[in-house]
Amino acid sequence: MSITYLEAIREAQDRALAEDPAVFIYGQDVAEFGGAFKATRGLCDKYPGRVMNAPISEDAMVGTAIGAAIEGMRPIVEMQFADFSSVGLNQIINQAATLHWRTGTPCPITVRLPSGGTPGSGPFHSQSMEALYAHYPGIIVLCPATVEDAYGMLLEAVAIDDPVIFCEHKYLYYHLKAEQLPDESLPVGRARIARAGQHATVVAYSAMVHEALLAADQLRQDGYEIEVIDLRSVKPLDTDSVLASVARTGRLLAVGEAFPWGGATAEVVSRVASEGFHLLDAPPQRLNAKDTPIPYHPNLWSVHRPTAGSIAAALHDLLRL
Amino acid sequence: MTQRTTDRLSSETARRDAFLAAYRSMLYGRVFDDKLASLYRAGKIVGGVYLGRGQEAYSAALAHQLRPGRDVYAPLIRDQAGRHAFGESLLDAARTFLGSASGPMRGRDGNIHRGDPQNGTLAMISHLGAMLSVVSGALLARRLRGELDDCVGAACIGDGGTSTGSFHEAVNAAAVEKLPLVIAVANNQFAYSTPNERQFACDNLVQRAAGYGVEGHTVDATDLAACLEVFEHAVARARAGNGPQLVVGNLLRLAGHGEHDDAPYITDAHRKAPYAGDCNVLARDTIVHSGWLSEAELADLQTQAQQEVDAATATAQQEAAPDPATQSWVALFTTHLAEGEAEP
Repeated sequence: MSITYLEAIREAQDRALAEDPAVFIYGQDVAEFGGAFKATRGLCDKYPGRVMNAPISEDAMVGTAIGAAIEGMRPIVEMQFADFSSVGLNQIINQAATLHWRTGTPCPITVRLPSGGTPGSGPFHSQSMEALYAHYPGIIVLCPATVEDAYGMLLEAVAIDDPVIFCEHKYLYYHLKAEQLPDESLPVGRARIARAGQHATVVAYSAMVHEALLAADQLRQDGYEIEVIDLRSVKPLDTDSVLASVARTGRLLAVGEAFPWGGATAEVVSRVASEGFHLLDAPPQRLNAKDTPIPYHPNLWSVHRPTAGSIAAALHDLLRL
Repeated sequence: MTQRTTDRLSSETARRDAFLAAYRSMLYGRVFDDKLASLYRAGKIVGGVYLGRGQEAYSAALAHQLRPGRDVYAPLIRDQAGRHAFGESLLDAARTFLGSASGPMRGRDGNIHRGDPQNGTLAMISHLGAMLSVVSGALLARRLRGELDDCVGAACIGDGGTSTGSFHEAVNAAAVEKLPLVIAVANNQFAYSTPNERQFACDNLVQRAAGYGVEGHTVDATDLAACLEVFEHAVARARAGNGPQLVVGNLLRLAGHGEHDDAPYITDAHRKAPYAGDCNVLARDTIVHSGWLSEAELADLQTQAQQEVDAATATAQQEAAPDPATQSWVALFTTHLAEGEAEP
C-alpha cells in the first residue's frame, strides 16, 4: 500500500476530527464534494455537521474560525488555493495573529493553503504565500515537503494553540508517495537533513526540497556531496540546524519557490550572514522564482521557478566562488 | 384590580425599569466620555479618544437586551454606554485609555480596542466589519457543541463600516448559517468626514437586509424608548431562531470622529435635522415628564456617576504603566515555538 501527500492530508484531518470533538473544517466545497482537491473526501459523511461549506468569503471564513477558536474550538479552514487567502489576509494577520498578544486569548486555528505552482495554473492559482504570513508576529508557518510531514505536521498544527498557516504543495499532492504514515515525526520548529553532504548546503522547503535533491544527484556525478536541509517550518525557522550545516560545508544556497524580494530565503541568508559569517567560505546565495507574476504556459512556468537544473547551475557557481 | 389592569401596570413597570436601567448606562457613558475628553485635552491620554456622544441610547438599548456571561457582544468605538450596560467596569475602561498595566489590555492595546473575548466581549480591531464574522464564529462554536440555546451575538458598526467587504461577507455568511446575529448599524451621518451620500447610494441601509435575506429594522436612535423597543424585538427574533437581524439607527455624532477632530464638516443644517437630538437630554426629559425620577434623584444619579468615573480614572492614573523590561515580547501562546526574545 502507498499513500500520497494529498491522502496524508486527508488522513490527518480524519484523525484530528476523530480524536478531538473541538475540531471542525470550514471552507469552500469541502463538505459533500470533498474539496477542490478532495482533501476532505468522505469526512462530511463520517463527521456529520463538522465539515461545513462556506460561501466564497475568505475574510468571513477566517473570522468565523477565530470566533470559534475563542470559544474553545480548533477549526481547520481550507483555502481553495493559497492565492485566495489574500482576501482573508486581514483576519489572519490583524485578528488571529494579534489576539493572544492583545487579550491573552489563544487562537488555535489552522489555515490550509494549497500552495505553489503546477503546470498551467497561472498567476492566481500558483502562489507561495509563506513569507507574507511569516512576516507577522503571532503566526506559525509550516511548509511540509514529505508525505510523512504533511500528515504529522498537520496533526501538530491542529493541536497548536496559535494560528498556523499550513502551506501544502499542490505539485506534491499526487507526485509524492510513501509506504505508510508515520507514528511520530520531528517536532515543529526542527529542520531535517534530507541529504547529508560536505561541499555545500542547500536550504529549501516544500517542493523545492525535491528539486534540490535532484540537483544534488547531478552534482554527485561531478564529485560534489551536497547537503540538503529541509526547513519544514518557515516560522519558527531552525537557524541552529542551518548554521550547523553551514559549519560542515562552508557554503550556502537558499532555495525557495516564492518571489525573490525578501522572504524565507532572504531570512536564511540574513541569519547565516550575521550569525555564521565566520563559517562561510563563499558569499551565501539565494535562488527564487523570477520577479514577475507566475506564468500560465508550462514553457514559461518551468523557468520561472527554481528547478533541479537551475539549482545545479547555482551550486556550480557557488562551488567556484 | 382586574387582571388586564394588573398586566398593563406590570408591563408599564417593566418598561420604566428598562428605560431607567438603560438611561443609567447612557449617563455613565456620557460622564465617562466627558472625563476622557478633558483628560485628552490635558494631555493625560496617549493615542486616540473616540466618544459615543449622541449614540448612547442606541448603544445602551442594544446591550440592555444582552445577557453578560451568555451572549456575545462586539462593541465598536462609540459604545461606552453599551459596554457599561453589558457590565464592563469603569476601572477597566479607564485603565485601557490611561495605559495601566493592570487593565485588560495591559498597555498592549489601548482606548476602545479592549475586551474580554473568553467572557463574551470581543476586543475590536480597527478594520471595520472584521468583528462580525468573529461573533458568528462564537455562535457557530456553541451550535456545534449543542450549547447555543437562546444565545445571541451582537455586533456594532457604523454607516461607513457597512461599505467594507468584510461586512458583506459576514452578513451573508451569517444569513446562510441562519445565526442569531444582531447587527446594530449606527448611522451617525458621517464616516469620519465622509457623509452618507458619498458612502452608499441606497435610500436607507436597512434596504440591504432584503438582499441578504435577513430581517431589517430601523429606529430613531435619539429616542431611547424606540431603541429599547426595536432591540427588544430584534434580539427576541434572533433568539427565537429567525436568523440575523439588521438594525439601522439614525442619529448624529455629537462630537468629532475623535477628540482630535473639530468636525467642520458637520454643518448647522445637520445640527437642525431630526436625527440631531441629544438622546441623553431627551431621555432625561422623558424621565422627568413621566415622573419616574425627581430632579433631585436625577441630580444624585449624575453626582454618583461623576464620583465613580472620577474614582476610576484616578485609580487608573495611579497604577503602574507597563514595563518594557519585564514585558514578555512573545506573541505566541506556544512560547517554545517563538522566535526572538525569550520570556524575561
